[in-house]
Amino acid sequence: MSEASLIGLLAATVSFGALLYLAALGEMVSEKAGILNLGVEGMMAMGAVSGFMAALEFGNPWLALLIAVLTGAAVALVHGWFTVVLGAEQVVSGLSLTILGIGMAAYLGKNAVGRPPGAVLAPVDWPVLSDIRWLGPVLFRQSPIVYMAVAVGVVAWLVLSRTRIGLALRAAGESASTADAAGHSVVGLRLGAVAVGGGLAGASGAYLTLSITPQWAEGITAGRGWIAVALVIFGAWRPGRVALGALLFGGTLALKTRLQTFGVDFSPILLSMLPYLLTIGVLVAISIRSRNRPSPAPAALGIAYRREER
Amino acid sequence: MHRRLLGLLAVVLSLGMVAAACGSDATAETKAAFIYVGPVGDAGWTYAHDQGRQAAAAETGIETAYVETVPEGTADFGNYVREFIDQGFTVIIGTSFGYMDDMLALADEYPDVVFEHVSGFKQNDTNFGNTFGRMYEPRYLTGMVAGSATSSNLLGYVAAFPIPEVIRGINAFTLGVREVNPDAQVEVIWTSTWFDPAVEGDSAQALLDKGADVIAMHQDSTAAGEKAEAAGARWVSYNSDMSAFAPNAYLTAPVWNWGPRYAEIIEAAKAGTYVPGAYWGSMADGVVDIADIAADVDAGVKAAVADKKAAIIAGDFHVFSGPINDQDGNLVVGAGETMDDGSMLGMDFFVEGVIGSTG
Repeated sequence: MSEASLIGLLAATVSFGALLYLAALGEMVSEKAGILNLGVEGMMAMGAVSGFMAALEFGNPWLALLIAVLTGAAVALVHGWFTVVLGAEQVVSGLSLTILGIGMAAYLGKNAVGRPPGAVLAPVDWPVLSDIRWLGPVLFRQSPIVYMAVAVGVVAWLVLSRTRIGLALRAAGESASTADAAGHSVVGLRLGAVAVGGGLAGASGAYLTLSITPQWAEGITAGRGWIAVALVIFGAWRPGRVALGALLFGGTLALKTRLQTFGVDFSPILLSMLPYLLTIGVLVAISIRSRNRPSPAPAALGIAYRREER
Repeated sequence: MHRRLLGLLAVVLSLGMVAAACGSDATAETKAAFIYVGPVGDAGWTYAHDQGRQAAAAETGIETAYVETVPEGTADFGNYVREFIDQGFTVIIGTSFGYMDDMLALADEYPDVVFEHVSGFKQNDTNFGNTFGRMYEPRYLTGMVAGSATSSNLLGYVAAFPIPEVIRGINAFTLGVREVNPDAQVEVIWTSTWFDPAVEGDSAQALLDKGADVIAMHQDSTAAGEKAEAAGARWVSYNSDMSAFAPNAYLTAPVWNWGPRYAEIIEAAKAGTYVPGAYWGSMADGVVDIADIAADVDAGVKAAVADKKAAIIAGDFHVFSGPINDQDGNLVVGAGETMDDGSMLGMDFFVEGVIGSTG
């Protein structure tokens, strides 16, 4: 294996890692507030198509990214309306959102299929840093969205663990009635978390269509949203661990086809299964461990809150 | 209770939205309906079929309609076919491998309707035939262009699945590369996807990282070309001229031209002379061709390709004529021999010069 191939593998790992991390972080924020959103794939698709179309329309990649984030958040709020406001079953609503998002993205993006991009978020060329051997090409020649993903991860960790609003948000996910009794608006907190989650899924989708492969076509998200959902469990609802998991899962994506160029005869299909197998392993580990320790999952995850019923 | 109903309603509504894309009219005797697996704007497989539909409609003057993005292996396919037949369509053309068994059953159910399936291998005696093209012929020609363009003598090939159709294309390409450049090698990556731009682009990147300076592909997305463009390498696309996606990287492409074949089927159905068969159209038939070659390619290369194309069309040259060695150096086609269609359709080995495994 040559140096260039290894650098390429590591750079692709970081890039795919950031793609998964954005979506997974969003899902984690939503779940921390008690709302499971299985619509990540649909929100990503909507972010991908709206970002690409906005780039075609306005020619400005940053505006396109903003529109993708807002679109993702708006789609997520459909889920929020059903689950937080109406108290609907979260699994059913989330799955509907996946189907709705993918279908709507295909419909809206009809005229964008097969068109060259209107604008792209090209890799950043940092002074000095980009030229460092090994580290430069792996870490400092990435799309700006990668650096934003890192920044958003740090902010999410700070807000969740160090601020009052983060505490309130976690309370809404652990025991909604307690948060309510403490004077917080459970509906407001949960809707906010769902919207943030959708916005990040939208950004993840836009990373695909503005940077990784600047084009739009149906099915461009190709199941990455589901890996993000698995990643939250794998990372035990902690931003740092989710980040490590994202790099690991991103690595399997990058390795999937590259292994063949390294002369290793290993089925790419098995490698595609790896994130899910690892997640199942973690689920098993969690359930064995939780006999004597509490589960890392938010206690009220998936449970609708209605004040008069408690 | 009604909250769950709302959730279910959302499912139903969104399913409806996925399936909403049709275009048709009524009357006239012979009318042809096309069912596509992808969107007509994919610049690839389905785009080429829709160009063929439009050309056939213009030539025959009959009415055509299509429905796009119809998944394989679901009830949707049959539903669309029945809908078209209810509207008076008398020719049904399905353009994806996975439609095959549904079409066979429907042909039995509607004996008065002509069914033609693209890329399959089944047929009946009355109203169901199949059509495909000898894409290996233009693939060989694109190999000649690519073999002349490389300076590292390593070419990359981003390929979907290790099935005979794809293997045949890789082999034909490699034979073409090595005709003009006997030292060059073609390295293959299997993506296990027909359409996943992120993986396909990354596979191209892996080959570029390894030193490949020309990327060819058997995929429906253009992602490989974008990576070649960014790396300053060259690119052989597929299905249609995709030069707009990577104007500097683009060299040429093996392309489909379905119009004449579709017109032929429609005319036969109209005249009542349709006979089902296994049609494997060649460059001489005009079903497959090589796209325009990039302007910066040497005139000598273009002339050599033109000569070879003429020889293939005249029947003086066959891509899989011996001597051909497999990857390990064993003679598989002897000098003076030519592979028959059956062996080509079941091809499961790589020729000398290919790096990779046939799965």
